[in-house]
Amino acid sequence: MEFKKFFLKANNELEGVNLLPRARRVTCKKCQKQVPVSRIRKNFFVCPECGNYFGVRSRRRVLMLCDRRSFKELYGELQSRNILDFPEYDDKLSAAMEKSREKEGVICGEGTIGGIRTCIFAMDANFMMGSMGAVVGEKITRLFEYACDNSLPVIGVTVSGGARMQEGMISLMQMSKVSAAVKRHSDKGNLYVVLLTNPTTGGVDASFAMLGDITLAEPGARVGFAGPRVIEKTLNQSLPKGFQRAERVMECGFIDQVVPRDKQKEVLERILRIHCV
Amino acid sequence: MNTEDYEIVLKARAADRLTAMDYIDGMISDFTELHGDRLYGDDRAVIGGIGFIMDIPVTVIGIEKGKNTKERIEHNFGSAAPEGYRKALRLMKQAEKFKRPVLCLVDTAGAYCGIEAEEHGQGRAIADNLYEMSTLRVPILSIVIGEGGSGGALALAHADRIWMVEDAYFSVVSPENCANILWKDTGKASDAANALSLTANKLFQAGLIDKVLKGNDMKGIKSQVYKEFLGLLQRNPEDLIEDRYRRFRKVGY
Repeated sequence: MEFKKFFLKANNELEGVNLLPRARRVTCKKCQKQVPVSRIRKNFFVCPECGNYFGVRSRRRVLMLCDRRSFKELYGELQSRNILDFPEYDDKLSAAMEKSREKEGVICGEGTIGGIRTCIFAMDANFMMGSMGAVVGEKITRLFEYACDNSLPVIGVTVSGGARMQEGMISLMQMSKVSAAVKRHSDKGNLYVVLLTNPTTGGVDASFAMLGDITLAEPGARVGFAGPRVIEKTLNQSLPKGFQRAERVMECGFIDQVVPRDKQKEVLERILRIHCV
Repeated sequence: MNTEDYEIVLKARAADRLTAMDYIDGMISDFTELHGDRLYGDDRAVIGGIGFIMDIPVTVIGIEKGKNTKERIEHNFGSAAPEGYRKALRLMKQAEKFKRPVLCLVDTAGAYCGIEAEEHGQGRAIADNLYEMSTLRVPILSIVIGEGGSGGALALAHADRIWMVEDAYFSVVSPENCANILWKDTGKASDAANALSLTANKLFQAGLIDKVLKGNDMKGIKSQVYKEFLGLLQRNPEDLIEDRYRRFRKVGY
């Protein structure tokens, strides 16, 4: 009985998570093979047939990285408003909430990884392509301030199309707001590790995604400032193979390591251990 | 249909508009240009240097579009590469060392998007500026004199004061791109311009910028910049940095 209660409570903290997808098989977009969901889950949401990386929703991402039942969400109550009365934004927010089963495009909180206390945030591609508006900026800023006050490291998992157009300059200025909070956290000697996932672009790439002490990336993740189609259109030429992919960006000197999904927890544990002696 | 806001965008892009160099000529005496980022190259889209505004030594950094075709090509139409943002940061760090205030003149459609710019770390360059400017120990005043195009403009606007000339705009995305992404119709740029709330007056009313300047009044602008620097130079650096933090901290909340 006690155990059941505890389990329910732990699950409540992760409200909205559907740990058991209804479909038993899904078709991999890359190799077109039907793969049982159970195998995909066991394989860290990487296609067991072709190695294709499926997107991972923010909450599952946190569960994959944090120690079991250690994650406690922070600022989960914050919700976006249509500040500028931007056309169709209200509908888009509702659709995004339904699709992502989240209230906003990032979840923040505290947990342990390998027994070491850390703050963590993970963005969600299902929420308006992980775009950053006032609430995303506010939640991440609050997390850095909390981590700074409590001398905790921050692990950030990024996925984003950039600043959220529907909030105009308010969303652009979140880049400044978060970057300033990262600086304060850093100046106190705290660690910030970024894990770049596909895609991390635009205003997020040009702010906190590029400000980690250590920058990791998922294999094949697109990392860059301008969208590839914009560049193609501007230059009127096709782009070289591997352009803006994590492996190439590492060659260019902007990523420390490309880490496969099944090794990410292990690598983060090691990095935290080295910094938390 | 209200097209006023989009007209401002078009005006901000007009070829006969004053460029950063005009402002430097009009406000700064003994201007001495300084080149290069000391890492890789010298991006001509960003011009920087030192001089006096009245009797105060200042560091000036501007995004320059050029006046004619030859100049525009030379300045890459005011779209800066990572080297440009790194040159700006180098000059700001130098200003910090010599306790000079920094004046930034922003006029860009956006940071340059190209293969080289990406591979040299455009995102990282912009991020670094935001990061380092947030704790720069000298006053920073940024004036958007024409186009304030997204992250490429913001990289020179993480400032104590953000001012805009009355017919300038500052936006998260160009109205054309916005219309294209949302409605697959560049023709709706005017609607997008309205929705984005990107004019100096609207941004001032929203409390996102600090002052709207009358255009073509160089003398007036010069004396306002001078007075603002006099005031900001009175502050001790810790207070200045704390206020700058608060300035952006409150945006959206």
